[in-house]
Amino acid sequence: MAAPATRTPTEPDPVPRPGLDADLRLTRGSFDLDVSLSCPPGHVLALLGPNGAGKSSALRALAGLVPLTGGHIRLNGDDHTTTAVEHRPIGVVFQDYLLFPHMSALDNVAFGPRCQGVGRSEAREHARALLEHMGLADHVASRPRRLSGGQAQRVALARALAVRPGMLLMDEPMAALDASTRVAVRSRLRRLLEEFEGVTVLVTHDPLDAMVLADRIAVIEEGRLVQEGSPAEVARRPRTTYVARLVGLNLFRGRSREGTVTLDTDGGGKPTRVETREARQGPVLVAFPPRSVALYQEHPHGSPRNMWRLRVEGIERFGDQVRVHLEGALSLAADITPASLAELGLARGEEVWAGVKATEVECYPG
Amino acid sequence: MTARTTRSGRRAPRTRPGRVPWILVLPALVGLAFLILPFAGLLVRAPWSTMVQRVTEPEVLAALWLSLSTATVATIVSLVLGVPLAWLLARTEFPGRRFARALVTIPLVIPPVVGGVALLLVLGRNGLVGRYLDAWFGLTLPFTPAAVVIAQVFVAMPFLVISVEGALRGADRRYEEAAATLGASRATVFTSVTLPMVLPGIGAGAILCWARALGEFGATITFAGNFPGTTQTMPLAVYMAMQRDPEAAIVLSLVLLLVSLAVLATLRERWVNL
Repeated sequence: MAAPATRTPTEPDPVPRPGLDADLRLTRGSFDLDVSLSCPPGHVLALLGPNGAGKSSALRALAGLVPLTGGHIRLNGDDHTTTAVEHRPIGVVFQDYLLFPHMSALDNVAFGPRCQGVGRSEAREHARALLEHMGLADHVASRPRRLSGGQAQRVALARALAVRPGMLLMDEPMAALDASTRVAVRSRLRRLLEEFEGVTVLVTHDPLDAMVLADRIAVIEEGRLVQEGSPAEVARRPRTTYVARLVGLNLFRGRSREGTVTLDTDGGGKPTRVETREARQGPVLVAFPPRSVALYQEHPHGSPRNMWRLRVEGIERFGDQVRVHLEGALSLAADITPASLAELGLARGEEVWAGVKATEVECYPG
Repeated sequence: MTARTTRSGRRAPRTRPGRVPWILVLPALVGLAFLILPFAGLLVRAPWSTMVQRVTEPEVLAALWLSLSTATVATIVSLVLGVPLAWLLARTEFPGRRFARALVTIPLVIPPVVGGVALLLVLGRNGLVGRYLDAWFGLTLPFTPAAVVIAQVFVAMPFLVISVEGALRGADRRYEEAAATLGASRATVFTSVTLPMVLPGIGAGAILCWARALGEFGATITFAGNFPGTTQTMPLAVYMAMQRDPEAAIVLSLVLLLVSLAVLATLRERWVNL
């Protein structure tokens, strides 16, 4: 890349990083957002978090729809912190797509290029090519209300990409779809996103969307970045109980000494220990899947496992398994077969032995 | 509304609505009769035998033409000034915005005659502004067709502004944000996204405005006077006819009624439910 001649000597970042480099800080009322995000070109970054965590605010700040109170937004080395919305090199796919209801699909897609000064026929030709590429050749003249959810999503994507943005922003792209079409639409969207050479930032509260669509996941809770990593990392080594619940793991915080982890307890009580296969030292996180938890009526003799006496708090169906929620020295979920549930004869309030092999326990720095 | 048919096509079992309460039906019927009966009276008392001859009298045609043309011009003026005013009130923040909003509704609540007097004081030959119009441009507004239009705009534009402002407030602003992210300037957002989306509201406002302008009496007779051919609109002609020839007044009223109904019915098809 050629160095722009306009660069002043006081510019703080001498080596422009390709892709997105953002430090988003904004305060509105009691809500406070402070996250740093980065994403190389051609990659998809998912902002994952519960409702009200600030992920949509972060996206709106990237789009320029809300002003930052601090921080910066740089894209491929250019500073866009204070660039007006209409001049940002972005394309946005909104949650309900927000296709202009009074325009055909084609005119919706041609709208952006027209605003950028492209001639009418050229803009329409470009729009037609984009729609055809997205498998919407038959719907070029359709009004948005005649499109299915998946089709509307692709028109919205085409409209956002028609301005040839450096960064594509998607707000809950799957939320407006019904469950029956989600799988097909998701994999189609993934293929379309793979072709895009710029940065993609998408916001979702659905871990599956994040896992399938994104190369990296940034988890935001209460306005802060609590974890960032590849989908595999996030799925295997969650850092907060929110993420652990999303990816279906039991998660505990504690201190490790030679592979024996003493869990942090809220109040007093006897310290609970978990044996792991990794000889780490210091503060750690301990995670294991519910299906690796085995339940027993009697304490099995001579077992090397982690074994706790816990109380049954709830039992629910979970796929073809049964999920048993246990409380006591630690609270965890165990997935067992309906047959073993019948064998154990468990009911709410009863006590049971729960065991996990040390080899099933993932232990990582906390 | 964009109601969609359910996929299953099954229909929910209908529950029978409760009995219609008489305490609502009775006053409703009385109200309906009260609104309709006067027109029935017009029809009954109309001099049908001489109708065609009376309607085609040049004075009647002149008044009708003046009414239709001034009301239409007043509506166009109101659209040109009122839509941007509504946008300003609905979409921007400026000091005194609430006060400005209250000012817009003043012509709605004051008697039109008072409005006419006020217009005369400001735009009359010796008025605050009118004196300069006269001195500098040789322009005298009172007692001209232009004065008719001004009087009509004064009383009718608030209807348009309020209607369009309501439509703008009800419009989903996220569409405007979407347009901005696509590179549209504020002016482009207004013309290609906001305006088409509030078009029904503008249509409804324009119809209200036109109807109000067509029926304008008080401000017109005070500010524009009552000169047949130049400022005597249909409502004025009806009032004058009532003094000397009540049958002529009936004929004029019927013509006015018929024309407004025809125009409103045609527009209503195209635009909105009023």
